Amino acid sequence: MGRTVGGPILEVEGISLSFGGVVALQAVSFDVREHEIRAIIGPNGAGKSSLLNVINGFYHPQEGSVSFMGTKRRSVDPHEAALQGIARTFQNIALFRGMTTLDNLMTGRALKMKSSFVQQVIYWGAARREELEHRARVEEIIDFLEIQHIRRTPVGRLPYGLQKRVELGRALAMEPELLLLDEPMAGMNVEEKQDMCRFILEVNDQLGTTIVLIEHDMSVVMDLSDRVAVLNYGRKIADGTPDEVRHDRAVIDAYLGVAQ
Amino acid sequence: MTHLLYGIFIDPFVQMAAAPDLLVQTLWEGLVSGVLYALIALGFVLIFKASGVFNFAQGIMVVFSALTLVGLNEHGVPAYLALALTIVVMLVLAIAVERVILRPLVNQPDIILFMATFGLTYFLIGLGELIFGGDPKIMISDQLRLPSGSYRIPVFGGYVQMQKIDIAATIIASLMVATLAVLFNRTRIGRALRAVADSHKAALSVGISLEQIWVIVWFAAGIVALATGIMWGARSNVSFALEIIALKALPVLILGGFTSIPGAIIGGIIIGVGEKFGEFYWGPLLGSGIESWLAYVIALVFLLFRPQGLFGERIIERL
Amino acid sequence: MLYREVGQYKTSYRADQALFPILQDRIGIAVILLLAFVGVPLTASSFTIDSILIPVLVLALAATGLNLLTGYTGLLSLGTGGFMGVGAFACYKLTTLFPGVNIIILILCSGFFAAAVGTVFGLPSLRIKGFYLAVATLAAQFFLSWCFIRIPWLYNYNVSASIEVPTKTLFGLAVTGPTSSPVTRYLIVLSIVAFLTLVAANLVRGRIGRTWMAVRDMDLAAELIGIRLYQTKLLAFAVSSFYCGVAGAIMVFLWLGNAESESFNINQSFLILFMVIIGGLGSLLGSFLGAALIWGLPIVLRAAPAFFGVNIRSATAEQISFVIVGALIIFFLIVEPYGLARLWQVGKQKLRMWPFPY
Repeated sequence: MGRTVGGPILEVEGISLSFGGVVALQAVSFDVREHEIRAIIGPNGAGKSSLLNVINGFYHPQEGSVSFMGTKRRSVDPHEAALQGIARTFQNIALFRGMTTLDNLMTGRALKMKSSFVQQVIYWGAARREELEHRARVEEIIDFLEIQHIRRTPVGRLPYGLQKRVELGRALAMEPELLLLDEPMAGMNVEEKQDMCRFILEVNDQLGTTIVLIEHDMSVVMDLSDRVAVLNYGRKIADGTPDEVRHDRAVIDAYLGVAQ
Repeated sequence: MTHLLYGIFIDPFVQMAAAPDLLVQTLWEGLVSGVLYALIALGFVLIFKASGVFNFAQGIMVVFSALTLVGLNEHGVPAYLALALTIVVMLVLAIAVERVILRPLVNQPDIILFMATFGLTYFLIGLGELIFGGDPKIMISDQLRLPSGSYRIPVFGGYVQMQKIDIAATIIASLMVATLAVLFNRTRIGRALRAVADSHKAALSVGISLEQIWVIVWFAAGIVALATGIMWGARSNVSFALEIIALKALPVLILGGFTSIPGAIIGGIIIGVGEKFGEFYWGPLLGSGIESWLAYVIALVFLLFRPQGLFGERIIERL
Repeated sequence: MLYREVGQYKTSYRADQALFPILQDRIGIAVILLLAFVGVPLTASSFTIDSILIPVLVLALAATGLNLLTGYTGLLSLGTGGFMGVGAFACYKLTTLFPGVNIIILILCSGFFAAAVGTVFGLPSLRIKGFYLAVATLAAQFFLSWCFIRIPWLYNYNVSASIEVPTKTLFGLAVTGPTSSPVTRYLIVLSIVAFLTLVAANLVRGRIGRTWMAVRDMDLAAELIGIRLYQTKLLAFAVSSFYCGVAGAIMVFLWLGNAESESFNINQSFLILFMVIIGGLGSLLGSFLGAALIWGLPIVLRAAPAFFGVNIRSATAEQISFVIVGALIIFFLIVEPYGLARLWQVGKQKLRMWPFPY
């Protein structure tokens, strides 16, 4: 691969999160290095999505802190997380169903569009220039993800696999430093998974985007990721390279079963 | 300026203390209107609990049922027969609503169903006016053997006047609430209703017929609407203005929550008493007619502190 | 085959972003504008202008306002009548306080007053969502209705609590008041509505329209893209109320000539909401179609039976239209939640094929 992994850009320290009486995460710490692909695996309910939600600012942990690019916080707003350069996709697809693929991707440019209200009202001039400029950038992403043919389709009508791709496109449109992918391949067939893997690798390789990935498909995890963290019942039980993790006793007991 | 501050913070309480019998009177009147608001709210709660639909048409159902009753009687049908026939009409209405509105829209988001009940409201307003005419009518209280007249009870040196119909209304409302509470919590049907309220899919998978439940619930709401219409009509008259008054049930629901029967009662009483007190003691300061909006503002203030209402459940959104 | 887009390739994103990218649409709009600005004044009767065209334009403007808030941003509002009233009374007070100023400017200024009031009533949207917010707008509606009666300063202490429009002129022509001609008033209303609709179209196809729709579709996802929910919602309230306020002002000044609190009550709010639902939530065209249908229905109901020799009273026609409108709302929500506008789009799609079946 044509990129080198750098120092840590995201550090999660001692995060504890509970809802009412239910403990979602307990003293979880891990870090993510620049340009790497980091996987988080574990059985259902282990707290993987909750961890992403904490990084993203949706959940506020009771204890612990998150450091991103040097700024250390107990909790952030989702808006601030976006400003810092964190983008995200969801397990259950959080696309704007009433809008087309193109519009969904264009919303990803929201933070980068600076024209004022008055300029928008007039449209011809500054607002249109900006719109076309961002349209051109978004079209590059559309080309990259090979979704030209569904540009104008309302996303609610797209099949599941394509929706996931569009959601990835929207996240990419934010030009993030850190991309959080929550089960990006869930529900896909073999071909779709291969395409998705290719996209993820290319994003990491060509754009240098750091990626954190929740995934259940072990072959994908082992192939793609540089390092893997394993969660079980809200605790981290292993952390290391795919090979180390695959042979870890605790991980085998909790999740993987007998290694093939 | 001091006059204004005095008028808001001091004077009303001075007035309350100066004439304690008036205080009790206002309290009583507030209680009665609160109970009636609560009855309307109860109709909402029934339907919402079981079908997740917010039935904006509950108010017009109150008017429509009362109009049907009086209209039939005007055409020579004896009072109790008219009452029975009206009950049948409400059943027919429930079946029609289930078939025409609920079934086709079963998978749509709540806001769509809510708007559909707007359509139902206007439909019933037009239909009611077409059939019965737009003029206010007099409730057939005598024919129904509803009590009339009032009691004068000496209190605090003065006296309080309680209309017998008001007392009857309070008692009937309490009976309805108690019956519905028992129905919901102790019977098989009640359990089915609660199941449907929780999850349509799950209820279907255990063999509960959604359509039957919905008809039952809309019919029950129709009966509650009829009772409310009779009580309210007996106290003033039966007219389409009642429809707007029925909108006051919304603040009641905000306070009491949408799924709680005791909440509807307590919410209703708070709104009714709050409104009457506001109107009587603070009204002269602000000008008359503040009861047209006071209930909503009370609810709004409440919402700002507790967005899920007094008894509502906090919804945690999962991503 | 008439409506084929074959051969019309967009060679630039600019062409693709245009308001009317398809040639036939451009021709269509040009024809409509020509008819509206030139054809109507030359041929239509005063009755048609005063009783059909002006009202539909005014109500369509209010419906556009509500559509921006409810259709595009997803915030159900039952306060439309109240905001229209704010615009109307503001305009009235402005003409009293500044009698020399051009009426068009005053009308647009009264829009800003309505926008301010709308923003205030939108403040609860920080904490309150969905249905509860709708009840908050009900509070706004009832409170404003009460204000229109209980604040005599608003109607210059007139004994009947109503406002009468003074005669205002533009370039020497009377444009408001009893001496103004329907054609003059119509052209001004048309110009204002056309201009503001263009503005709405610009807002909706750009960044702001997308943020509104994002908030409507999934506000949590909108947040994580970096969209500020609160500002977006407040902007929607402000812009929407501006449109409703201007509609209220022109309703009084260029259509009715007078008004009172009753003209801006809860029924008005429902009327406009129904126009938006039937016309199409989230469609500017829908606002016009909905206004035309709901305003036109009672007129047709009154006129049609007379055509066949049957006479029905005006009140009965009104009641029948209530029944029909109520039924139509339910019908559209079931069959085509995107209203007449979507039916129109579907019709256009069929036109692409016509006369071939597939």
